[in-house]
Amino acid sequence: MAAKPIAGSIVQARGIHKHFGALHVLKGVDLLLAERELVFVIGPSGSGKSTLLRCLNRLEEPSSGSVMVDGVDMLDARTDINHARQRIGMVFQSFNLYPHMTALGNVTLALRKVAGKTRNEADTLGHAALARVGLADRAGHTPGQLSGGQQQRVAIARAIALEPRVMLFDEPTSSLDPELVGSVLGVMRDLRESGMAMIVVSHEMGFARNAADRVVFMDEGAIVEEGTPAEIFERPVQERTRAFIGQIQRH
Amino acid sequence: MNSWERFVDAFFNVKVMAKYLPDIAYGMLVTVELAALVIAAGLVTGLALALVRSLGFRPLNLLIIFVVDLFRALPPLVIIVFIYFGLPAVDIAPSGFVSTWLSLTLVLMAFSEEIYWAGITSIAKGQWEAARSTGLSYGQTLMHVVLPQALRLTIPPLTNRTIAITKGTALGTVVAVSEILGMASSAVSNSYNPSPLTMGAIAYLILFFPMVIFGRWLETKMAWKR
Repeated sequence: MAAKPIAGSIVQARGIHKHFGALHVLKGVDLLLAERELVFVIGPSGSGKSTLLRCLNRLEEPSSGSVMVDGVDMLDARTDINHARQRIGMVFQSFNLYPHMTALGNVTLALRKVAGKTRNEADTLGHAALARVGLADRAGHTPGQLSGGQQQRVAIARAIALEPRVMLFDEPTSSLDPELVGSVLGVMRDLRESGMAMIVVSHEMGFARNAADRVVFMDEGAIVEEGTPAEIFERPVQERTRAFIGQIQRH
Repeated sequence: MNSWERFVDAFFNVKVMAKYLPDIAYGMLVTVELAALVIAAGLVTGLALALVRSLGFRPLNLLIIFVVDLFRALPPLVIIVFIYFGLPAVDIAPSGFVSTWLSLTLVLMAFSEEIYWAGITSIAKGQWEAARSTGLSYGQTLMHVVLPQALRLTIPPLTNRTIAITKGTALGTVVAVSEILGMASSAVSNSYNPSPLTMGAIAYLILFFPMVIFGRWLETKMAWKR
């Protein structure tokens, strides 16, 4: 997995290490993401997938390594991190919508406060983003009035409203009831078709097979194997990959 | 006089009440003034301390925690007496009104800081992360995402605490503040009849009953569906 710089790569993470006290969570991870590419990250819990994702927008501070996103050095002290983060959308397992705001309020907050839009501009963009996730008619609802699937789609709208260059999904469907997963995956598929570069940490193997350009298997803080969905799911080379794929396919 | 008549004469003497009504009314005015100043200053400084504490600057936080614990531990009357009778020794001589105001403000500041702080820390980490991931700064996240939620959570305990401490304005009577209890007490000494105390109690009810109701109303109004 020697990473060569790829022209037009939107994310270049190299040699990422992360220590939590004595815990060595990431052990020198390289991850490149090309424009329009969808990379799927799989692996057992505790393998460092989420931490890797969170290092890319510096919700977690990498202990060492380098992260370039859209040509911006994320770890440089001179980088305006709040500005840089607008270009990296993130969607969380637990949605993390603001419960005291409507769906539209959730989507427009950063548009107004970070992107500097007026309330009218932000509302227009917010309504458009909600329409993209199929929730045009839910703008005035608070998160408590929405289903889990709808909440997660509002969270996606909140991220894409800022027109990010890349989207990070951290187990976006893991806390959803099975019947609600489809609507979220549908929105992600639409995003993918629009050419959004995406890194998805998830166990939705069906979605990975259909939509991913590349699948990365992580274990114990390192990338064990990566390849096309067919390579990873049908013909994994590494023993650990095979064991993991076998396990999840039994379910 | 039978015992019933004696009771009425002692606590509901209409003549005495009529005579001292203006005094009690003046006392109410002073109490309202004092209470309003305590509430405003106490709740604002408490919030300010909680916000400073959220910055996580350790030496400063230890100082805040020390100050807060100090004023939560000391009886308010001790603080009042200390300021009113103690400070003149260093040539600062605050009036009884200022001494009482400052003492109760410090106590309300201390208790409200703890309540605000509990509210801020009870907001899920995911709220911070979601906001920061969209580019909001620390301050913007605090102001637009965390505080609005935290403040709603703090309203019931804050209301209770505010009422409890504001009632402490009656302590001002020991440093000659002419608030309700002070006015009622001197009326009792002058008239040899305790009826002014009844008026004082009624005056407190008139002031604080609406506060209790207001607190209840705020609680329901501020609730939102999760």
